[in-house]
Amino acid sequence: MYVYDKYDQAMVDARVADFRDQTRRRLSGELTEEQFRPLRLMNGLYLQLHAYMLRVAIPYGTLSGRQMKMLAHIARKYDKDYGHFTTRQNIQYNWIKLEDAPDILADLASVEMHAIQTSGNCIRNISSDQYAGVAADEVADPRPWAELLRQWSSFHPEFSYLPRKFKICVIASAEDRAAMRLHDIGIELVERDGVIGAKVFAGGGMGRTPIVGPEIKDFVAEDEIISYVEACLRVYNRYGRRDNKYKARIKILVSELGVEEYKRQVEEEWAHMKTLGIDPPTAELDRIRAHFVDPAYETGLSDAIDRSDPDFALWVDSQVVAHKQPGYAIVNISLKPLAGIPGDASSAQIDLIADIAEKYSFDELRVTHAQNIVLASVKKADLYTIWQQLHDAGLGEANLDLVTDIIACPGLDYCSLANARSIPVAQKIAQRFADPVKQRDIGELKLKISGCINACGHHHAGHIGILGVDRKGTENYQLLLGGSGAEDASLGKIVGPGFDEDGIVDAVEKATDVYLAQRQTGERFLDTYRRIGMNPFKEAIYG
Amino acid sequence: MADVITFHDDVASEEPAVSVDCFAGQTNATAVRIEPGEDARVLLPDLGRLSLVEVNFPAFGDGRGYSAARILREAGYKGELRAVGDVLADHIPLMRRCGFDSFAPRAPVDPAVLEATLARYPEVYQKVAESERPIWSLRHG
Repeated sequence: MYVYDKYDQAMVDARVADFRDQTRRRLSGELTEEQFRPLRLMNGLYLQLHAYMLRVAIPYGTLSGRQMKMLAHIARKYDKDYGHFTTRQNIQYNWIKLEDAPDILADLASVEMHAIQTSGNCIRNISSDQYAGVAADEVADPRPWAELLRQWSSFHPEFSYLPRKFKICVIASAEDRAAMRLHDIGIELVERDGVIGAKVFAGGGMGRTPIVGPEIKDFVAEDEIISYVEACLRVYNRYGRRDNKYKARIKILVSELGVEEYKRQVEEEWAHMKTLGIDPPTAELDRIRAHFVDPAYETGLSDAIDRSDPDFALWVDSQVVAHKQPGYAIVNISLKPLAGIPGDASSAQIDLIADIAEKYSFDELRVTHAQNIVLASVKKADLYTIWQQLHDAGLGEANLDLVTDIIACPGLDYCSLANARSIPVAQKIAQRFADPVKQRDIGELKLKISGCINACGHHHAGHIGILGVDRKGTENYQLLLGGSGAEDASLGKIVGPGFDEDGIVDAVEKATDVYLAQRQTGERFLDTYRRIGMNPFKEAIYG
Repeated sequence: MADVITFHDDVASEEPAVSVDCFAGQTNATAVRIEPGEDARVLLPDLGRLSLVEVNFPAFGDGRGYSAARILREAGYKGELRAVGDVLADHIPLMRRCGFDSFAPRAPVDPAVLEATLARYPEVYQKVAESERPIWSLRHG
């Protein structure tokens, strides 16, 4: 994985000093809260319902054991002993004191981490595929480009006060595991005539106006990606709407201009920008790429897994995914235990995962947008030992992509934007489907819950989506069906009138009953829905 | 006139700046003010006669002026480029990089804070102005 050089370290250290000074000026009253707000937001510090929340960047979701242990340390020392992994592959702490924030940033900087641009109307953490580098179907490891974009976007002076936040995703497989087309800019690395380049999508997103991003460029050579993206951003910065924050994302600009006109303006700007010498040389990409070469895999390992322990065998079938290297496997660690909070982990759990990564997975971890953790490269021979350790720590749930592997935003339990709670609904649904046999029978079913229209819980992209709304002062939940954040990206449709908390759990179960009754061989919930349409579900739920 | 902070050797221009709309019709005007939403590129044919361009920031959160400044510098504008309005010390380093060389903040800026802020970041990650040497260039000599 990427390792800072003296320049990267100096920039992060400078940010700590910067924020320490800004915090000092706020605490002394030199800065009003209004003046301080955009400064702290640029550093991932939000004021929530009960306390400050600090969002720490995990660039493209990759981190080392040492970095993971620092996240545990922060949870222990400055928070209530846990952290919350997010759909942006970051981690949030919900109980931070303002006066501690500079020290937390200093601790993070000591392990090459930061909270730069984890909020604010700027370019946010670059997201990527959690199986980057180990998936057999990728044309290249996408992370070197993500790192190149991370550096380019850090403190970019022209794009620090955009109309709205800006999210970029880089993947390199036809299978989309990162909801790439629901980003402001999605980049799919592709190979053409033996050369790697970017297929670019723009104007995707969720929120109030969900849109699957249209393609705007079929191929940009790898050493011109920065100038192309810069041109996309400049057109957006100049012409994106600023009169209404709900219409300020790039998706609205692309829709209002039309894809062809937006493309034309970007091409015109790009033709100019390419002449400015702003693209880093290929040598820089090569330097970064050298950090992402394969680890020293052992060869001649067996692919056999001893499945004699039935609980272990179930876990393997659910959580373990094929690795490109014989004898190795990808392990998904579920952060969705029954009755738990999706994405939460205690400091002890975070430490344990870090230990396992250091010992068994080349000291590397990934955070997924589905709020789980991935050990990217473990020997199949070590799987049983790893499972035992995870199981003993409450991390042995076998529910990857099943109905209880729920994505949920923090909701009204924490978030000042929320209209309704997400976590209790997630917990009730998980209880309802707790029977492992039933869950497995239903199979892949991506259920996603947002506590408000901002859609941090990706409800538009759920096979089943739930949106919490405020209806005359009471929490109400809408049910959506048919969304997908994968390569077959689609947006869910609202089934009908909303429900109360128990009603929504019943409605989800009725939807799964329809699926079980109607499915044909090999069909997932989403496939059945797409074949039979909304009506049978509607009748069962409201009939 | 409010205090102007300058980063160039000349005396700050006191030329009254006309609006972009007026500028086209006033062939003797040498100072113009760009409001957010106005296209800096309409000035490009007349850069030669301009000695001052003011870019107004009615609210700091509206970052269109950063693009306007860069566009003017990319087109070769060498005159004074002034950020006016809701400009805080923390914005000035970013604005400097986009090409602004003078500032007329609505509220006074503490010189000590400004000095510390300007000195804080040792390098830059991007090549934004012609003169900048970004980190990737330092790495590869």
